[in-house]
Amino acid sequence: MLTAILVMAGIAVALGAVLGFAALRYKVEGDPLVEKIDAILPQTQCGQCGFPGCRPYAEAIARGEADINQCPPGGEEGVKKLAELLGVEAKPLDETHGVTKPKSVAYIDEALCIGCTLCIQACPVDAILGAAKQMHTIIASECTGCELCVAPCPVNCISMVPLKEDLGSWKWKYPVFRLRQAT
Amino acid sequence: MMELQRFPGGIHPEEHKQESSSRPIHAAFVPKKLVVPMRQHIGQPSKPIVKVGDRVLKGQMIAEADGYVSVAMHAPSSGIVTEIGLAAVPHPSGLPDLCITLSTDGRDEWAARTPIDWRNTDPAALRGHVRELGIAGLGGAVFPSSIKLDPAGGPPIHTLILNGGECEPWITCDDRLMRERAEDILEGARIMQHLLGAEKLIAGIEDNKPEAIAAMRAAAERLGLAIEIAAMPTLYPGGGGKQITKTLTGLDTPSGGRTTDVGVQVFNMGTSYALARAILHGEPLISRIVTVTGHVLQPQNFEVLIGTPISELLLHAGERDGTTGVIMGGPMMGFDVPDMDVPVVKATNCVLAKSKELFPPKPRELPCIRCTQCVPVCPAELQPQQLYWFARARDLGRAQEYHLFDCIECGCCSYVCPSHIPLVDYYRFAKSEIWAREKEKRLSDIARERHEFRLFRQEREKKEKAERLAAKAQTKRAEAPAPGDAEQDAKKKLIREALARAQARKAAVTPKNTDNLPPEKQAEIAEIEARRAKIVEIAKQPVEPEQH
Repeated sequence: MLTAILVMAGIAVALGAVLGFAALRYKVEGDPLVEKIDAILPQTQCGQCGFPGCRPYAEAIARGEADINQCPPGGEEGVKKLAELLGVEAKPLDETHGVTKPKSVAYIDEALCIGCTLCIQACPVDAILGAAKQMHTIIASECTGCELCVAPCPVNCISMVPLKEDLGSWKWKYPVFRLRQAT
Repeated sequence: MMELQRFPGGIHPEEHKQESSSRPIHAAFVPKKLVVPMRQHIGQPSKPIVKVGDRVLKGQMIAEADGYVSVAMHAPSSGIVTEIGLAAVPHPSGLPDLCITLSTDGRDEWAARTPIDWRNTDPAALRGHVRELGIAGLGGAVFPSSIKLDPAGGPPIHTLILNGGECEPWITCDDRLMRERAEDILEGARIMQHLLGAEKLIAGIEDNKPEAIAAMRAAAERLGLAIEIAAMPTLYPGGGGKQITKTLTGLDTPSGGRTTDVGVQVFNMGTSYALARAILHGEPLISRIVTVTGHVLQPQNFEVLIGTPISELLLHAGERDGTTGVIMGGPMMGFDVPDMDVPVVKATNCVLAKSKELFPPKPRELPCIRCTQCVPVCPAELQPQQLYWFARARDLGRAQEYHLFDCIECGCCSYVCPSHIPLVDYYRFAKSEIWAREKEKRLSDIARERHEFRLFRQEREKKEKAERLAAKAQTKRAEAPAPGDAEQDAKKKLIREALARAQARKAAVTPKNTDNLPPEKQAEIAEIEARRAKIVEIAKQPVEPEQH
């Protein structure tokens, strides 16, 4: 009887030690779900979802505090992907957070820029180059098109220019059968 | 005689080779205007190095290679640069692209040409020359040859294949090139073999080109070059890189890989010829052989300067009434050119004029009945009907699982489809959609990184500022008990000195406009001054208490 109890207790202690070691050794840093959600979000860092950036929104979704349809740049497709990841129903984009617009980049009218640096402070990805009382310019390749720099500009010299399709960005279209015009 | 293998799939479309293969290559002509696009090869577009108004000579570099995966561009004839800007280019999208436009002067004057002693040149330098001379694959993919000729960074190349398959219907440019210029092709192959260090050299030519095979064998004998010239059975797409490798060596290219993964490098005949002209004669790639065929009066191969408008080429071959459009490339893999004025580029192997009789409009697309006729003809051993299904449903992940990227877009599946479904269009759509998404993903990863760095930087700046302030406060506190009389005195002295300076400056500023006045005015001023002095005197006296 005593041996049996001792053996069982020994096994329990040994297994407990193994589990405890594994918990420490293979500890997962951070929440993997947040990472997965963050990977789907478009990283414009525009804040239209109501959170200061994509990651805070991902964290809020993971905690169940935010809905999956609050990201206009991600569009319907982003909502669909989030729904798939989280195993919930996809729903239409919440229009109170804005509508999906074609991808564009900010453009500074350099003749009007007074060099106030307000847009530089607003840019979430450091895509604006300039210094106090010097003309500013957008690094177009880094601009995510979040529009956060447009509002702070005191002289309204920033506009959003939709990206034009060129040979580098052209895509084969979805095949469609052209209907003949009725005569 | 070597033993040939059969690659899976393949079809036998009508060949239509005789139309153009019986006539010799028409010598190059110089059109009035040449439009040289900067994006003719895979990779980075070339960067223009000339200005509008510059006079350039034939073969002079007008745009340099930009980056590793790029080649240079050269003036195809002598003339004046009239425009550098967007112009129509041969591309299925119909979008314009950056081009250099030359107005030729008809003199066709060559720039200095320097042949390169390739045997005594360092391989890296030789590859640099290949790049500078604008050599890119002329078989269709237009990949910069200098990269393909670099044996480093991959398994060693044991076999070099010269691709004379030319399996696509209508096209005969390589056929004529082999018949007429076999020796140059083999000279080029010799240089390639030297660069790659390949032990074996094989030329694969489809057996519907017996004259070309004979010419190549004769030339190899004359040059004493150890090359095996194999007559392959005619079967489309036998000229595909992976297919010709299978046919000639029996090696299967792994899924998602290249033929170099199994130690085989494949070059088109035209590329080998262009390389020989470049290295042995110093002539950059400024012309190529183009088959002009289909609905024209005299189908023929032309030596064409890069940049020659297609409309002009059609005029030379004899345009006919009832042309319904022009395909660049062959009927299987080519595309309709959006505009007749687009130039011939390095990738243009064929200009095929269409008519209603030769190319009747495609019947209506019908639903897929899953007959799987497309499966046995697929040379990549894919399941085209499944890929179609996934591409149509935009299920890109599943399409990739079914090896979408092993598809070589040969069009065999579309050719046999009884429902006339443009299957390749669906695969192209799916591929470019996947590439676009991958690009987007890369960009969003960069944006995330930049945003995270910005947050980190802001945090760091805040911390540094707080530290600075704390340090300042501490030093202040440390200095507070001993403000030092000396310091105070020094400050006071400074203030005094500044005051004295100000007074001196004030005194110095006396009115200087009284010098050249008549005496009466002087007297008047003196009187006023005296009065003012008196008032000042009075004001200085202590105010006497007034009587009450």
